[in-house]
Amino acid sequence: MFDFRDYLRLDMFPHILCPGCGHGIVLNAMLRAIHSLGLKKDEVMVISGIGCSSRLSGYVDFNTLHTTHGRPLAFATGIKLARPELNVIVITGDGDGLSIGGNHLIHAARRNLAMTCLLLNNEIYGMTGGQFAPTTTPGKLSTTSPQGQSERTFDSCRLAEAAGATFVARGITYEPMALEKLVAAALQHDGFSFVEILSDCPEFFGRFNRVGSPSDMLFTQKQHTLDAKAAAALPPERRKGKLLTGILYQETSASYSTTGAQNGGGRIRPDMQE
Amino acid sequence: MATAVANSVELLQGNTACARAAIAAGCRFFAGYPISPSSEIAEKMARLLPAAGGKFIQMEDEIASLAACIGASLAGMKAMTATSGPGFSLMQEHIGYAAYTEVPCVIVNVMRGGPSTGLPTSPSQGDVMQARWGTHGDHPSIALAAASPREFYELTVRAFNLAERLRTPVTVLADEVVAHMYEKVDMAPLAQLPIENRKRPNGAPGKHLPYAAGEDGVPAMAPFGDGYRYHVTGLAHDERGYPTQNPAVIASTQRRLHDKIERQRHDIVQFETVDCDDADVVVFAYGIVSSAARQTIRMARAQGIRAGLFRAITLWPFPAEAISALAKQVGRIVVAEMNLGQMVGEVERAARSTKCIETCLKADGETISPEEILTKLTAGRTAHV
Repeated sequence: MFDFRDYLRLDMFPHILCPGCGHGIVLNAMLRAIHSLGLKKDEVMVISGIGCSSRLSGYVDFNTLHTTHGRPLAFATGIKLARPELNVIVITGDGDGLSIGGNHLIHAARRNLAMTCLLLNNEIYGMTGGQFAPTTTPGKLSTTSPQGQSERTFDSCRLAEAAGATFVARGITYEPMALEKLVAAALQHDGFSFVEILSDCPEFFGRFNRVGSPSDMLFTQKQHTLDAKAAAALPPERRKGKLLTGILYQETSASYSTTGAQNGGGRIRPDMQE
Repeated sequence: MATAVANSVELLQGNTACARAAIAAGCRFFAGYPISPSSEIAEKMARLLPAAGGKFIQMEDEIASLAACIGASLAGMKAMTATSGPGFSLMQEHIGYAAYTEVPCVIVNVMRGGPSTGLPTSPSQGDVMQARWGTHGDHPSIALAAASPREFYELTVRAFNLAERLRTPVTVLADEVVAHMYEKVDMAPLAQLPIENRKRPNGAPGKHLPYAAGEDGVPAMAPFGDGYRYHVTGLAHDERGYPTQNPAVIASTQRRLHDKIERQRHDIVQFETVDCDDADVVVFAYGIVSSAARQTIRMARAQGIRAGLFRAITLWPFPAEAISALAKQVGRIVVAEMNLGQMVGEVERAARSTKCIETCLKADGETISPEEILTKLTAGRTAHV
C-alpha cells in the first residue's frame, strides 16, 4: 500500500513551494512510480540543481544531492559511474536544465548513461522571482520581459531526442496517473531517459499573465496538449499548435557502459601503445 | 665506469608523475577536459584507470569535470581532475561546493600564462591567489606547489591524503615547465608513501548525522548507496545536511570548516629552507622558480653574499609563522615569482613589514633565471649599503 509519508523527510517540512504549484503533483507521481517498481530507498539516488523544482530532492528519503545551478546531470554522471547499481533520478527545471545546464543535458543525452532526467517546465524562473526562461512562450510577461517575451523557445523533448536520448516523453500535471506511468517507464529504460513535465507556476507566471487559478492553469495544459498516440490518428490541422504527451521516442541501443567497456575493457589498441 | 642505476629509477614527465601518483594514492575516478599544458594527465589516466579498475571520463567542460568528480567521491571513489588556467577559472564554483559540502577531491592546475587564453604552453604562477580566493564566500583552502616531476608525484599523493583526512578539496599547483620536464625519479621510496582514506561512520545508518563532527572537526563520510541515506546541499546546512538559515548553526559550520584545517596547520604546512641560518638575504620562491633560486644562492655564496632559500611547498595555508620568524632573522627577503606580485603580499603580511621585502617578478611566459634573481640580490645589496 502506497503511503507517500514513507518516502518523505517529514522533519524537513514545511516545504518551500507556493500554494497551487504543480511540483508537488510531480513529486507524488515520482514517489508512486518508485513504489510501483518496488525500488528500495537505499537504491535510489535523487540529484537536483538549483531552482524551485530542484528543492524536491531535499524532501525525499533517498540518497539525495542538491547541487549547483544547471549541473545536476554532471554530478549524476560521476555518481552513476562510481555506483552503477544506484537508480539515478535527476530533477531539474526549465531554467536549470535548458539554460545554464543546456550543455550538460545534450551531453548526458548523447552519452546515453542509464539515468532518468525529469525536467519540470513551468515557463519561468520562480525561485528568483519570475524572470523569463528559454521555455517562456513568446509574448508572455515576466519581470525581465515586461514588454512580452520576444525570443524563440526550446522544445526540450525534440532537443533531447536530437542529442541522443533513447527515451523521450512528456507528461502534464493535469494527468498525474499517466505521469506516474511515464516516470515508471523512464525508470525502467536502460539508457538516458528524459521526461519533460509541464508544471505550473501560479505565483509568477500565472499572476503576471492573468491565466486564472491553479486549476485553470491545469485545464490550459490539457487544451494545449494531445496524447501522442491519439494525435497520430488525427488530421494535421487538429494537431497544429499542440504539444504531444506520452512516450515520444524510444529506442533500444546499448547504454553507456558503467563497467569500463567504453574503454575497451582497459585494452589499449596496438596503434596507441606507448 | 658506468654508474649503477637502481631498477626502480624511471625517467618521468611531470604530468605522467602526477597521473601515476594519483593511481598509487587510490584515485579510481578521473573526469577532465582537454587543455594545455595539463592534457597529458588526462591522457595518462585514460590509459591507467580502466586497467586499475577505475573510471575515466572526458566531460563536456571543466565545470562538468569537477562536478563528476564530486559525484564519484560522494559515491565512494577517490577522484581527481586536472586542468590549466581557464579551466581552473571554470571550476571555481564547484571548488566552493566541495569545500562547503566537504567532499574530498583533488584538483590539479598546471599553470600557464594568463589572463584569459593567455599563453597555453608557457609557464606562469599567476593562479596562486585564485587557488586561495577563487571561489566566492569564505572557505578554507589547501594548495600545494610542486617544483619538480618527483615532487609533483609526492604532492599528488599528499593532496589525496589531505583531501581524505580533512574532507576538503585540495589543489595541486604545477606549471608548464614542471608538467613537461622529464626527471630521473627513483620510484622505490615513492611506493612507500603512506596512503590515507576517509573516515567512515560506525553507527547505525538510521542515526547517522552526515555533518556531525568529532574533536577533529571532520565528519565521518558514508558513500551514497551504503544504506546511509542523507542529504547533501550547497545551501547552508545543519548537522543533518538540511538547509538552515539559523545564524548560530551557520556560524558554527563556517568556523568548523576553517578550524578543521587550522587545527592541522603544522602538519599541512611544508616548506624547505636552504642555507638560511647565517643568511643576510633569503629568496622566497615556490614551484619551478625555487629551482632557479637554488642555483642563485650557490652563485651568490660564491660571490660572498650570504644568501638562503625559503621554498614554500604548501602555499595555502600560508607558512606565516616560519616567514614571520625569518623576517626577524634576516635583513632582506626577495620574493621571486612568475606573476606581477601575488604571494609577496602574504610574505609582507607574515613579516608585518614591507621594508625588508623586495621582489623579482616576471609574467612574460618565460621562467625566471638564476641570474635574474642574483641581479636582484646584488642590486638590493648595493642599494642598502
